[in-house]
Amino acid sequence: MTTAIEIAPQPEVSGRALRAFLRNPAAMLASGFLVFVTAVAFAAPLIYPEDPLSMVARPFLWPGQNPQFPLGSDSLGRDVAAGLVWGSRISLIIGIAAMALGVSIGVVIGATAGYFGGRIDDGLVRLVEIFQTTPSFLMLIVLVAIAEPRVESITVGIALVTWPTIARLVRAEFRSLREKDFVTAARGLGYGHLRIIFIEILPNALPPIIVTSSVIVASAILMESALSFMGLGDPNRISWGSMIGANRETLRTTWYLTAVPGVAIVLTVLALNMIGDALNDALNPRLSAER
Amino acid sequence: MTAPLLDVSNLTIRFPTGTPVADLGFAVGEGETVAVVGESGSGKSLTALAIMRLLPRTARTTSGGIRFQGRDLLALPEPEMRRVRGRKIAMIFQEPMTSLNPVLTIGKQIAEVLRLHEGLSSEAARKRSIQLLDLVRVADPHLRVDDFPHRLSGGMRQRAMIAMAVACGPKLLIADEPTTALDVTIQAQVLDLLDRLRRELGMALVLITHDLGIVGQWADRVVVMYAGRGAEEADATRLLDDPLHPYTRGLLAASPRLDARLHYTAGPLREIPGSIASALGEPGCPFVPRCPMALPTCRTKPPPLEEIRPGRLIACPPTLALERADAAAVGR
Amino acid sequence: MLEGRRLLRVLRRTVIQAVPTILGIVILNFLLLKLAPGDAADVMAGEFGAATEETMAMLRQRFGLDVPVLQQLLAYLSNLAQFSLGQSPRYGMPVSELIGQRLPSTLMLMGMALAIAFGLGIALGTAMALTAGRWPDRLLSVVSLIFYSVPGFWIGLMLIVLFSVKLGWLPSGGQETIGAGLTGFDYILDRLKHMILPATSLALFYVAIYGRLTRAAVLEVASQDYVRTAAAKGLPPLAITLRHIVRNALLPVTTLAGIHLGGILGGAVVVETVYSWPGLGRLAFESVMRRDFNVLLGVLLLSSFLVIIANTLVDLLHAWLDPRVEVR
Repeated sequence: MTTAIEIAPQPEVSGRALRAFLRNPAAMLASGFLVFVTAVAFAAPLIYPEDPLSMVARPFLWPGQNPQFPLGSDSLGRDVAAGLVWGSRISLIIGIAAMALGVSIGVVIGATAGYFGGRIDDGLVRLVEIFQTTPSFLMLIVLVAIAEPRVESITVGIALVTWPTIARLVRAEFRSLREKDFVTAARGLGYGHLRIIFIEILPNALPPIIVTSSVIVASAILMESALSFMGLGDPNRISWGSMIGANRETLRTTWYLTAVPGVAIVLTVLALNMIGDALNDALNPRLSAER
Repeated sequence: MTAPLLDVSNLTIRFPTGTPVADLGFAVGEGETVAVVGESGSGKSLTALAIMRLLPRTARTTSGGIRFQGRDLLALPEPEMRRVRGRKIAMIFQEPMTSLNPVLTIGKQIAEVLRLHEGLSSEAARKRSIQLLDLVRVADPHLRVDDFPHRLSGGMRQRAMIAMAVACGPKLLIADEPTTALDVTIQAQVLDLLDRLRRELGMALVLITHDLGIVGQWADRVVVMYAGRGAEEADATRLLDDPLHPYTRGLLAASPRLDARLHYTAGPLREIPGSIASALGEPGCPFVPRCPMALPTCRTKPPPLEEIRPGRLIACPPTLALERADAAAVGR
Repeated sequence: MLEGRRLLRVLRRTVIQAVPTILGIVILNFLLLKLAPGDAADVMAGEFGAATEETMAMLRQRFGLDVPVLQQLLAYLSNLAQFSLGQSPRYGMPVSELIGQRLPSTLMLMGMALAIAFGLGIALGTAMALTAGRWPDRLLSVVSLIFYSVPGFWIGLMLIVLFSVKLGWLPSGGQETIGAGLTGFDYILDRLKHMILPATSLALFYVAIYGRLTRAAVLEVASQDYVRTAAAKGLPPLAITLRHIVRNALLPVTTLAGIHLGGILGGAVVVETVYSWPGLGRLAFESVMRRDFNVLLGVLLLSSFLVIIANTLVDLLHAWLDPRVEVR
């Protein structure tokens, strides 16, 4: 890596990365789908003004049986399509909020450990290790059950089991970046630690953080759906996972009631993972040259 | 004259991005040492890989034939070719540090080739591996045979590579920069070893190097390559005494010597101006951008290697013309 | 000899590093659970209808819930030092016994899932790398990305619909046919049949992970000089792939198996629910719902311990596979 890149990395690199991302058809398809899901989530009150948890139809309508309920109805006569539309809100809100919180915690802890090193590093690494040794989904169940299942507690819970991944990543980046010339130069100019961490080093550590963040949104959505499926979701909100959980009992006869929300989860998560892959290819051209 | 052991003619290697080797030809006789000399980027390592048919998948070897013991290697089906590799033609590489598999012991890596080509049992292969390590002068071969590569020094690893290469008694050994990665003090030892094995095992040696300094002592004949083409071919002593091609002369002026012929480089070392990259896209002689005696005609088409005296070839029309004029003058 | 001593050194280092981690986990989990509103006494009282203050106090005293938290922690730690995980207020039996009943089925499920994940993942990744850039690679990349995106519980339900309900090939839950009185080979076959669907549901995500990791590692290794050396020896492609490429590519892939074990344990909670598999995950979920914190704490500790053991095994495996690993 040349010094020129180290000193002024941002405009040139991100311009090329953005172009590479925009030229990737899979990434465009996935982004298009996510834009659609987001639009649906925002427009939910307009599309289905009624409470998606209320009984509106005859139970167990198959998809296509009644044009008013294109995706059918469940055992309590709830409109599956309405549930799908409203459920997208929970998935997106929790996915994005948990990612934002988890990434923030992870960046602060990882940056502190990586930048200062020494005893602080030892202690924080130990903390990360403790969190990573406990099975995270088990931990999440405990956290959510303790705090009563609500959107807020689920978000915090997911963030609390997610941050170690980011912290490890950021720590590794900081450990290698803090030795670079531009950091030494910044120290020489008498900049404070905070400024060096957030303004000098962090922008250079961003590419892997961005890639991992999109994958974390995906895994947060998966975790939320699993929690809701187990009955640990917010009882006042409909979510894709709770739709699957609620209709499990009739799996043998009306399997579409579990299939439909599952497909929604898979497609959303798949889109996020595809974007993660595309970002990875765009930001690490060396690796993607092999593809 | 009998047919040579290896006869490379009109070899051209194409990649989607360019043609690093074009129209190259040379021959290697039984038991002979031929040095292929050129700076990095001249295509000499690719030539070696082309002989082994180990070029990357994107490469296309077009025109030309590579005849070994009378058979065209380029026309052999892959299973046939595998019976040639490691058994008839063996190869050692520049980096002994990375050319050995880190998770297999030295002994297992040598035994692998013996079991493959000679069908030895694992016990027999192990015994033979120890003998081979002894042959290449590795101390305590019965202990080293169970060592992993990372526990050996660079020189020892290269010896292990050589043991592996000569295990099946190949007729031809291609050594691609075998000493470049080693300490200067070890270089001569490894080259001496290769030379001794050549004599004892009756094999021919193709010594690929960028270092004209080692050519005089260890090579019979020299092929000088520039930008993927043959520039000059001659007996080693002749070439060093009387380099003809402007590139060879420049190279010689820029080489310190390992051998006794110090009087050639008594003066300061001079470098050739420019770089090999300037040859890209040159329609004529690739050396033109750096050549002190280039003529306008040199830029039109690449010069072929032409014989001026038996065993002496040169691809430089101006030099050729001068030499012929001299010869005529002497004859008169 | 020398090899054995090196492995022992690696083992000792790992064990020494694990002790403070385990202690940290105990303390963290214990304090976390004490934060919870309500305890076993509350839940029991709730279930049995209204309970008087005296009954509640008596229950708390019996379970040792009436003393300050720090004292409870010390009591727990001293119990732990004597290899006791305490009593379960709910089940009225020692926690270790309770866990002991459930552990084997979970271990079996996880072992099978890991085997599937490794076997299938490495094969998938190798196939992708060997055809890199061509259509089999692209197709398998899409497949692995889908595996990576599917929730385990949902694929579990869908597999039940397909293989139990529609095709009737495999059982939809439990770990053996109850009351069938099978013995010998039939019994093993019956257990295996019950295990296929849950293990597959649990494994698919990790098949994708190992597939992607293996693909990257194989591509990396395939460009190494020693692979060219192997080709120059005249080895056939299969021997080059197996002996020289895959073996080295496994090194980076195996390092993550320890961490993944924790993930698989978490996934087991959900998959055990789907398949009514009588395992540890189910026990953990039940004890969360019943505020049976001694059991929960025991399960959390044991699973962390399992992860640490797995990490140790991975370290040893790594040291065995890679002779360059030395104690620093």
